[in-house]
Amino acid sequence: MNWKEPARIDHAWLTRYDRSMIRVSLKVNGMIRQVEAAPETPLIFVLRDKLNLNGPRYGCGSEHCGACVVHIDGNPAFSCTVPVETTQGKEITTVEGLGTASQLHPLQQAFLEFNAAQCGYCASGIIMAAAALLKANPTPSRTEIQVALKNHLCRCGAHNRIISAISRAAELMPAQLPASTDHGNA
Amino acid sequence: MPLPAALEQNPLLSNWVAFEGDDIIVRTGKVELGQGIMTAIAIIAAEELSVPVTRITVRTGSTSAGPNEFITAGSMSIEGSGSAVRQACAEVRSYLLGLAAGTFGVEPGELTIEEGIIKHPATNETASFAELMDGQSLNIAATGDAVPVPVESYKLVGKTATRVDLLAKITGGTAYVQDLAEADTLHARIVRPPSMAYTLSTLNEIDKSGIEQMQGVLSVIVDGNFVAVLAEDEYTASLAKFKLQQAILWKPSPEKRLPVDIHEYLEKNAAVSLLVEQGTPIESTIPPRRTHGETLKATYRKPYHMHGSIGPSAATARWQGNKLYVRSHSQGPYLIRGALAAALAMPPEDIVVEHAENAGCYGHNGADDAAMDAAMVARTVPGKTVMLKWEREDEHAWEPYSPAMVMRMEASLENGKITHWNADIYSQSHSGRPIPHRSVSNLIAAWHKSNPMKRAQARPGMGNHSGIHRNADPIYDFPDRRIIKHLVTDQRVRTSSTRGLGAFGNVFAIESFMDELAHAASVDPVEFRLSHLSDPRAIKVINTAWQAASDRQPSSSDGWRHGRGLAFAQYKNRQTHAAVVVDLWVNETTLEIKLDHGIIAADSGQIIDRDGLANQLEGGLIQASSWTLKEAVQFDEFATTSRDWESYPILRFDEVPTVDVHLLDHPELPSVGAGEATQGPTPAAISNAVFNAVGVRLRQIPFTSDALRTAALAEEEAT
Repeated sequence: MNWKEPARIDHAWLTRYDRSMIRVSLKVNGMIRQVEAAPETPLIFVLRDKLNLNGPRYGCGSEHCGACVVHIDGNPAFSCTVPVETTQGKEITTVEGLGTASQLHPLQQAFLEFNAAQCGYCASGIIMAAAALLKANPTPSRTEIQVALKNHLCRCGAHNRIISAISRAAELMPAQLPASTDHGNA
Repeated sequence: MPLPAALEQNPLLSNWVAFEGDDIIVRTGKVELGQGIMTAIAIIAAEELSVPVTRITVRTGSTSAGPNEFITAGSMSIEGSGSAVRQACAEVRSYLLGLAAGTFGVEPGELTIEEGIIKHPATNETASFAELMDGQSLNIAATGDAVPVPVESYKLVGKTATRVDLLAKITGGTAYVQDLAEADTLHARIVRPPSMAYTLSTLNEIDKSGIEQMQGVLSVIVDGNFVAVLAEDEYTASLAKFKLQQAILWKPSPEKRLPVDIHEYLEKNAAVSLLVEQGTPIESTIPPRRTHGETLKATYRKPYHMHGSIGPSAATARWQGNKLYVRSHSQGPYLIRGALAAALAMPPEDIVVEHAENAGCYGHNGADDAAMDAAMVARTVPGKTVMLKWEREDEHAWEPYSPAMVMRMEASLENGKITHWNADIYSQSHSGRPIPHRSVSNLIAAWHKSNPMKRAQARPGMGNHSGIHRNADPIYDFPDRRIIKHLVTDQRVRTSSTRGLGAFGNVFAIESFMDELAHAASVDPVEFRLSHLSDPRAIKVINTAWQAASDRQPSSSDGWRHGRGLAFAQYKNRQTHAAVVVDLWVNETTLEIKLDHGIIAADSGQIIDRDGLANQLEGGLIQASSWTLKEAVQFDEFATTSRDWESYPILRFDEVPTVDVHLLDHPELPSVGAGEATQGPTPAAISNAVFNAVGVRLRQIPFTSDALRTAALAEEEAT
């Protein structure tokens, strides 16, 4: 830990930043959304604050906990660090795009069936990681699920329920339904 | 019949139950922390009102509506709120039957009640709850006359229900305090020093105004050592915070330098020592240790631990005239209201605190501090709602930690039985919650603001099984025991309540020491425990867990040695009895400890929500495994260096054991709290299993491979 005298702020940089808002066009859960944002804005702030999507949760801001995970072009990505500018033209999917309260994705259905949470704060990110896993591997073993979730933290100790729910979702998953939703149905 | 305490204190039935159209609203003063209390309350209410669980909407702690139930802690919600809701709903049921009987001109006894409809079978006349209430509120007091549904008629209680709060959490619904921002909500971030040892030295005016001029930034608030930034949107607030952290210089006070060895410090700096009798501290001279014949000594230690909520603390606040509105994930809406009122010098009646969930807290984390932070910032923009979110580092560095502990044990054996038991327990305070006091405070912003408030002095908890001495007094039948708790009042490291409080350290020590004594007496450790127990429920959970373990053939793998250990406790000697068995492996080369499987047998009296209960017990085992194997807060001279999940690792998915839970239901007995019951037995079961695997005794948490190597070398040297 280093608590030295800080360097003076580069005010020119602040002002430069000040002027660098851009218009970003994003495809989120199948819909084109236009937002104004600084290009380096982490995607999570755009999703939560500008598009009102609560699914991605802020946990650490440093890719350690996985609560913020969404899909970018079908692959799990930490929305707390990826700059919004780099996601233009890509398919972004959040847990809202996976399924809705009235039309649940098999993973969401299985999470309810197994009460696969205590506080549930980590669940959205884990469901997204699991969706990508099931797409790549429709019948994962316990170990494969554990490895797929190694970037996700759960503090309540609901791990085994979560693993069971993902195994159950693999059974529920209809063969024709892709595990990840690049079809988009927001 | 006497009313349950919470109903006695909040007797008006409208505090507990309301009908809004077809919805039945049930209010509890307890709050959802991820422990599933809303679901358990819904089950109890649905049972009494003869409706499906889905018809019940549970609303949790608020100072504007519903009962005041002080705090959600100590695994007391089912016992406290559950029994009150049961009686309140029984009274409502009886009241509704009375109304229907009057309407139909019949006797209440002739009526049936099903799915929210009261029926007179003889005439087929029916009326719904909503029709009978006709928009009126339940402005009547509980009498205690209504008789709850008899246990043998239960249709819902004791079964498994789907969590009522889960759907929103997994479909992106509004579920947490962080989700409450609206379009015109302003966003704030807090800028804290590295630790409490530091005060503000310089914030250059040029830097401050430069940041204030950033597009989207509204203001930089500097009030003594309290520094925050307010912005139009969250990203701008976080960016401005980053810039402020670069610009600010904080200076440490040399007298706040931290002790190098906290355990040595604890043993040498006790301010108060108290004899603990029957689980309660008493004013008395401290007797010398008593031993006789063959005597064993061992010292156990735990480090500072974090609550480690996955969601950092947050709150919203809005000032409207003289009134303050707060949404907070505090465990005690009334408690934080009182503390806010004191710190902000205003009457508590002018503050409304409404609970909103955050990630699991497992005790007193940054929730209350964030509420005060938000109130401080919102005061600068009256009429505006301010959402203030801590970042990961704020939570890691500023949440109050679970205190380090030292447990010095000494016991004598005669004919395979313990004759004398001595324990000296050293720790800092396990209680640093907000208090409604005008001159001292437990809130960070109150210490940091100009005209700062002093920190409340640490005082010894004098309650039965409170704080340091929770579960210090074993329920074993020892002829002679001498248990002393030693409070260290030093507050350079901030500490407060964490799941289990002293029970984690005390049961770790007791149940590891029981194993050591059993080996010294050449008695099987399970037999040894049973021979010191007369409580049949204790005996039953131990036998159940051990039998389940005996039925299990652990897998084997080359280069790994298997070990099995058992530990047991009854939480606070009056709540859930829980026995834990752990199967693990120790790597012969790397000395890595890998958990394989956990078995829990538990008796919580009457089961309300079967799956919810299992969830709490197994979650406790996994969380306590993480504390035991991996966790210790690290410090430099003045501050914690554990500022993210890399510098404070916790158990990950590829490290968790499978867990089986065996529940012993007693519908005829009251429900007792279970949420903290496996915290204590787990570390001891792991320590005992490691000893079983490799013959080395681990007495200091965390059990890293380095710790095991050090312990093995020390034992080699000693022999």
